[in-house]
Amino acid sequence: MTTIPMEYGILLAAILFSIGLVGVLVRRNIMFILMSLEVMFNAAGLAFIVAGSRWGQGDGQIMFLLILTLAAAEVGVGLGLVLQMYRRFRTLDADALSGMRG
Amino acid sequence: MLDWLWLIPTFPLAGFLILTLTAGRLPKPAVFGVAVGSVGLAALLTALLGLDFLTSPPESHFYRQIVWNWMSVGNFTPNIAFYLDGLSLVWLGVITGVGFLIHLYSVGFMADDPSCSRFFAYLNLFIFAMTTLVLADNLLLLFLGWEGVGLCSYLLIGFWYQEPANGLAARKAFIVTRVGDTAMMIGLLLLFLHLETLNIQLLMQRASEQWPAGGTLATLAALLLLGGAVGKSAQLPLQTWLPDAMAGPTPISALIHAATMVTAGVYLVARTHVLFTLAPDIQFLVAVIGATTLLMVGFSSLMQTDIKRIIAYSTISQIGYMMLGLGVGAWTAGVFHVVTHAFFKSLLFLAAGGVIFCFHHEHNIFKMGGLRKRLPITFWSFMAGGAALSALPFTSGHYSKDEILLTAYTVGATGPLFWAAGVVGALLTAMYTFRLIFIVFFGSDERTKTVRESFGISMAAVLVVLSVLALFGGLLKLPLHDVLHSVFSETERATAVGWVGLITTLIPFLGILIVYLFYISRTFSADALVQTAIGRALNRFWYSDWGMDWLYDKALVQPYKRLAAINKSDIVDVPYKGIVVFSRYCYHAVSRTQTGQLRWYAAGMMFGVIVFIAVGVLS
Repeated sequence: MTTIPMEYGILLAAILFSIGLVGVLVRRNIMFILMSLEVMFNAAGLAFIVAGSRWGQGDGQIMFLLILTLAAAEVGVGLGLVLQMYRRFRTLDADALSGMRG
Repeated sequence: MLDWLWLIPTFPLAGFLILTLTAGRLPKPAVFGVAVGSVGLAALLTALLGLDFLTSPPESHFYRQIVWNWMSVGNFTPNIAFYLDGLSLVWLGVITGVGFLIHLYSVGFMADDPSCSRFFAYLNLFIFAMTTLVLADNLLLLFLGWEGVGLCSYLLIGFWYQEPANGLAARKAFIVTRVGDTAMMIGLLLLFLHLETLNIQLLMQRASEQWPAGGTLATLAALLLLGGAVGKSAQLPLQTWLPDAMAGPTPISALIHAATMVTAGVYLVARTHVLFTLAPDIQFLVAVIGATTLLMVGFSSLMQTDIKRIIAYSTISQIGYMMLGLGVGAWTAGVFHVVTHAFFKSLLFLAAGGVIFCFHHEHNIFKMGGLRKRLPITFWSFMAGGAALSALPFTSGHYSKDEILLTAYTVGATGPLFWAAGVVGALLTAMYTFRLIFIVFFGSDERTKTVRESFGISMAAVLVVLSVLALFGGLLKLPLHDVLHSVFSETERATAVGWVGLITTLIPFLGILIVYLFYISRTFSADALVQTAIGRALNRFWYSDWGMDWLYDKALVQPYKRLAAINKSDIVDVPYKGIVVFSRYCYHAVSRTQTGQLRWYAAGMMFGVIVFIAVGVLS
């Protein structure tokens, strides 16, 4: 059985993370920002899995479970906020909500 | 018995604290009780201690009591310590004795004043500060008392503060004496720097061991101390504050601005006389200042129309005599004149206070006249005080003033000059004193028919006691010489005799004769004299005290005001304004980064994380 080298896995995680980050920074629609955040979560999770399998330890998978739970909770709260935002401001544009600028 | 010394300043301090903390809520009899009682106790204690000190003097002729250590900075450890010797005992007696009498008088004089509790609180504080001043063992504690009496003087001159002029006079007194105080403080620092102590006795001992006579340091130190003395004792060139200080209530003029506080300068010079002996130039300067002051101010007094200002100028002139005495080395005579002056000058002020009291606060002597029959007690006490002030034979003033003048005559080549100045001063003294008495108490009483002697028993009793002291205070001469002998260690000196003594004794009668011819027999007319051109000019010039106030106004006050007007936007503020501008700029710069946009913040966080990682990786 051939194993995929760790560098590839980490590289993939880094690429995924960057895609997610760029998505957070460039997207104005709050839904897409949330989706990009999910991508970033999963990139971090992938990095844990790859590292865990490289050293043959279960800690990586435990961390991934933790991240999964965290992501689920985050989506729950985040979607609730998005709902409220849409009800109050009738928009999903994150930049429109800049009432706290100095 | 002597270990009760610390109680003497403590009683008045306790009185002050009680009166201040109750803040005028005490009923008037209680206020009088506390104020007069505390000073009365101090006076009683002084009498007992003095008796003890005289009958069984300590081996070393002084008694020192250390109450506690004030502070300890390096090798500078001044104590709150009291030092009793002949000199401080004399002053203590005058302060508590005359102070007690004046407290008693004030009970009658201030009875109707709504804020008499405040008045007595200040008065007690003054007695505390003044006793601290004379009992102080080191110059720092002396300076504490010195500033304390200055503060009380300021508070009491401006006692009737609703009148803006009174506040102005109070500020003037405070600022002018501050000039002298600054010189004195520099003097203290100089002494400490070079002799490493402020303990007076140690200081005198070290000064005479380490400094040669006539040396620069001794001269400078004596000059700076003299600066303080000149300010406090209202001598040339800082005498302008004292006449204006008459804005205060009359008992204050008697106590602070005649009997006690203004002689603090004389005390300082007498206390540090070793230093002045080491600096003969400055001691000569003391005599010159005294002689010049007594002459100049004598002329000023002759022109005044305000009853209190006449006596105020005469106070300056009498302190001039004391300074002259100290300057020619007649230490004991100078101190003796302080004592007799305290008696007759407070008597004169209190009698003038009686006139003012019965006249509903009228000060102009030309609105009075013929009061001899209307105010008999006041008249006779005025006569007693006036006779002593003019140094008529057998009154107290005669003994002290003659001693000063006759000693001055024998000292050095300039002695006769000093003597002549003093004799002309004595002539002027008799003239202005009896001019005042003749105008106020003699002549027609048309305008004063309604005036009655309306003061109570306490004021009358004080006047009588002080009259007796003013007339017979000369009897204190011998005991005083005994007491002061151990302080000054003066050798017996030849005093001038013959015609010099005769002139000195008779000159006051000439003065009385001159004013008699002007104001009683009307052989000459003072008005006609003033009508001539030169007469009018001299009258105006001397009335304004040789234009000193005008000079200071032009030379110091106006330039200062102009400078203040130019520098209205204070140059010192510029750096501080710079700080304000800079921080406001920073605030605007930073606040621009707060866009309120979520993505901007996220980018900021990312940037920060990248920087941290980069730092972590690269380092």
